[in-house]
Amino acid sequence: MAHNTAVLVLGGGSTGCGIARDLAMRGVDVTLVERGNLTDGTTGRMHGLLHSGGRYAVSDQASATECIEENEILRDIASHCVEETGGLFVQRPEDSDEYLQKKLEGCRDCGIPATVLSGREAREVEPYLAKDVSRAIQVPDGAVDPFRLCVANALDAERHGARVETHAEVIDLLREGDDIYGVEVRHDSGPGKRTHKSPGTTEEITAEYVVNATGAWAGQIGAMADLDVAVRPSKGVMTIMNVRQVDTVINRCRPKGDADIIVPHETTAILGTTDEEVADPDDYPEEQWEVDMMIDTLSELVPIIEEARTIRSFWGVRPLYEPPGTGTQDPTDITRDFFLLDHDERDGVSGMSSIVGGKFTTYRAMAEEITDHVCEKLGVSATCATAEEPLPGSEDISVLEEGMDNFGLRSPVARRSNQRLGSRAADVLETDEPNPVVCQCEGVTRAEVQDAIGQSGSDLNAVRIRTRASMGNCQGGFCCQNMATELHPRYDEETVREALDELFQERWKGERHALWGEQLSQAMLNYALHATTMNRDNDPASGATQIDYAQFDGGA
Amino acid sequence: MAITDDVLVIGGGLAGATAALAAADAAEDARIRLVTYKQSTLRHASGLIDVLGYAPGGVSDGENGQEQGQNQNQTPVADPFTALESLPESHPYQRVGVDAVREALAFFDEIAGDAYAGSHTEMNALVPTHGGTVKPTARYPVSTAEGLASDDRDTLLVGFETLPDFDAPLAAAHLEAAGAPFDARGVTLSFPGIVRDDAKVTRYAHLLDHNERVETLTGKTGAREALAATVEPHLDGESRVGFPAVLGDDHPAAVRETLSDALGADTFEVPMGPPSLPGLRLEDLLYDALESAGVRVTSGVPVVDYETAVADSTADEPATAAIDHVVVDRNGAEIPHEADQYVLATGGLVGKGVESNRERVTEGIFDCYVPHATDRYDWFVDDVFGEQPYARFGVVPDEDLRPLDADGNLEFSNLRAAGSVLGGYDYAAEKSGAGVSLATGYVAGTRAGEGCQ
Repeated sequence: MAHNTAVLVLGGGSTGCGIARDLAMRGVDVTLVERGNLTDGTTGRMHGLLHSGGRYAVSDQASATECIEENEILRDIASHCVEETGGLFVQRPEDSDEYLQKKLEGCRDCGIPATVLSGREAREVEPYLAKDVSRAIQVPDGAVDPFRLCVANALDAERHGARVETHAEVIDLLREGDDIYGVEVRHDSGPGKRTHKSPGTTEEITAEYVVNATGAWAGQIGAMADLDVAVRPSKGVMTIMNVRQVDTVINRCRPKGDADIIVPHETTAILGTTDEEVADPDDYPEEQWEVDMMIDTLSELVPIIEEARTIRSFWGVRPLYEPPGTGTQDPTDITRDFFLLDHDERDGVSGMSSIVGGKFTTYRAMAEEITDHVCEKLGVSATCATAEEPLPGSEDISVLEEGMDNFGLRSPVARRSNQRLGSRAADVLETDEPNPVVCQCEGVTRAEVQDAIGQSGSDLNAVRIRTRASMGNCQGGFCCQNMATELHPRYDEETVREALDELFQERWKGERHALWGEQLSQAMLNYALHATTMNRDNDPASGATQIDYAQFDGGA
Repeated sequence: MAITDDVLVIGGGLAGATAALAAADAAEDARIRLVTYKQSTLRHASGLIDVLGYAPGGVSDGENGQEQGQNQNQTPVADPFTALESLPESHPYQRVGVDAVREALAFFDEIAGDAYAGSHTEMNALVPTHGGTVKPTARYPVSTAEGLASDDRDTLLVGFETLPDFDAPLAAAHLEAAGAPFDARGVTLSFPGIVRDDAKVTRYAHLLDHNERVETLTGKTGAREALAATVEPHLDGESRVGFPAVLGDDHPAAVRETLSDALGADTFEVPMGPPSLPGLRLEDLLYDALESAGVRVTSGVPVVDYETAVADSTADEPATAAIDHVVVDRNGAEIPHEADQYVLATGGLVGKGVESNRERVTEGIFDCYVPHATDRYDWFVDDVFGEQPYARFGVVPDEDLRPLDADGNLEFSNLRAAGSVLGGYDYAAEKSGAGVSLATGYVAGTRAGEGCQ
């Protein structure tokens, strides 16, 4: 039968986008569908660590080796998404010498450059480290922006002919006998870029092969075709600080434990994390003790965190998996390795494989392995080039390395815009039109916002993940409105209003977990600006009844 | 060596300034001092004087209201004074009484003179916001007077390419969706003389205040004429033209007059978010009034400590401590300030009069009791515009506006509180911020003035 596409990838996270890019670059016709925005699942809810592998150097050396290899590849192909911060595994007096020694040897076994620093040397690198930190191992950890990296994969897939549909939720797997031949999706607002308020439609997309890359949601997809994919979703909290208390990734040098990492990320630092199995990846408690633990435990490493301002917290769900019968109790002990479940071999149902487990740093290698598998099924012989071909934005990294063009912008805004856009900077920022700053906290200009709208439609959360607009200290209080006005006149007033409400509510979701001190003050200011000054809580345009204007003061 | 006054007002926003002015008014010979620490929150405020725009628990219109909680999608109250009567006992307005609200507003009208309008009626006006909605307010800067949405004249809105806060065509479309009783159109233009894309709003105002010479296609002219010439071709019979609130800082009346004459149409400002020129103009107006009233103002000094005096206790009543003096930090030197009566007007969460950490919410200077749930996850609700408990954080006053402790006893016999340091109301939802500041500032200041005589 004629198919709509050769390969249909389910899931717009790093794995799905990585597979779509790899397939498209090998000349395979590919369609990717994602329920929400790209990165909405686990990818956009990670701590932004580009692993050196040091973390797994004792417990899982295969993963550690793969991490350092991929770490080096991403520094090349996605340099505009990576910040080479370096990392430290720091030891407190109560942490074991023996473990530190094992960590060091493990790093050396896996080819991870590692140097031991004394406590004093470590504090020279990071002055806010606790006075009693006794030693540290320095490794090439880095910080990575998962949003831009994932979007860059999708963009490049599209450049190579892929179709990428966001806001397209899989509502059924199409199965005939023992063959899966596609899915039915519900488009939130019709196919193509999202436009709020346009009526939703459903579509059947048929494919020669389906790749279930929905991570923590893989079990739900499998169940649509009576396939048992026993993912064990495990939640973890991340708490964002308003400034970078550290410029280096700080790990606690001990076997395992909650609240043991601080990752500098853009203007912020992210504290992580916890590890608790949950039943439903869409519905789990986000709890106060988790946030408190981040602050209380990590201030043992960096004491100023105790009194510092946090701007929000968020939770991610790891798509953990282990083969049936393994029976690991503690989710912390479940392997971080990934599994390719070929349902033909496993369940006797052809046409689909599911990918579960895995981690962000090695998304590309996972994608390569899965793409190889799919190509074998399809009889495609082209080989993988994703490790060599730079992603859009990193084609010419001289932009980042040499003097930056300031495109008429103030230097901090120009610098940050250039870092986000990499080699796309000139395309995006060179304009004859006025280009004012739309988001002051993150230094995002109109041109960059317009570029993002061009990619993603009327969805301001999609604009946010591309630009970082509304992700700074004010959490959108001052800039949500400005971002929304940029949608006009491309989108009409009602669409703009709905997009603004959606973004503002999304920002509040994470801010709720940081409501004390300075950030509670900020929250009240944001509320006052939007409710008092703009009256958005009682906007007559959104109400059902008409105001009788004649009853009011019409002037003297 | 203590500095000694009769009344000491702590806090320099609308409530504090009003309290100091009211104290000076009530006690002519008294020495009144106002100490402020940070910039007041007036720069964040739109400059509108809201009294009550929505009654808590008022009528929600339709299905959305049910779903989203009582605060949302209500119809605005046209007559705020009638609606005041229905507020709960704990509301600051009920504490001072409706008559005091009227008196306070009259007191403000006298201070504001012709800088504000709206006193000709008790009804609320509806004013367009920079987002394009309309909001109910009792008094408005004269610069906004021609722009009321409850005035049915057709309107041209003008925005500027370099000011992303106000998109005039979008605001016009929004006004239409809000059912405004006139035709509104919006145009986006280039502001003559603005060179940098990220110029601050004060730069726009400065160009117009000083009518700086700017380059135009037809040679150099004054900025006001140049702006009028830019707008003029876009006028299509509208009798009024609205601009974002950048029309002058020092000479706004002259700026508007020149523009109106040149355009043959009334001009007005749409209030904007921070930094807000109408808010800053209100601040200037208040500080001029404080100077005229002989109030001594000391700025940039935080109150860092206080001492109480031993109070007499009687058999019937427990002893209530009185504040003997407070200590302010002036460039590192601790200076005691002594007064007979004190007014606390340090603001709420935004102004930092109310502080919090992960465990508790407190009033920052005297540690007056601030009711709040022990679990901080009960300080908020999940709907951003829902009934937010945090928005009601603040001290609990008696009818004399003296803060009460957890048991309902006076914290101090000579301390009154005014403005958003008071709790028990959500000014953002009600649109009552300025009105509560005026009413409680007026009452606290008046009683403090009377109390020291």
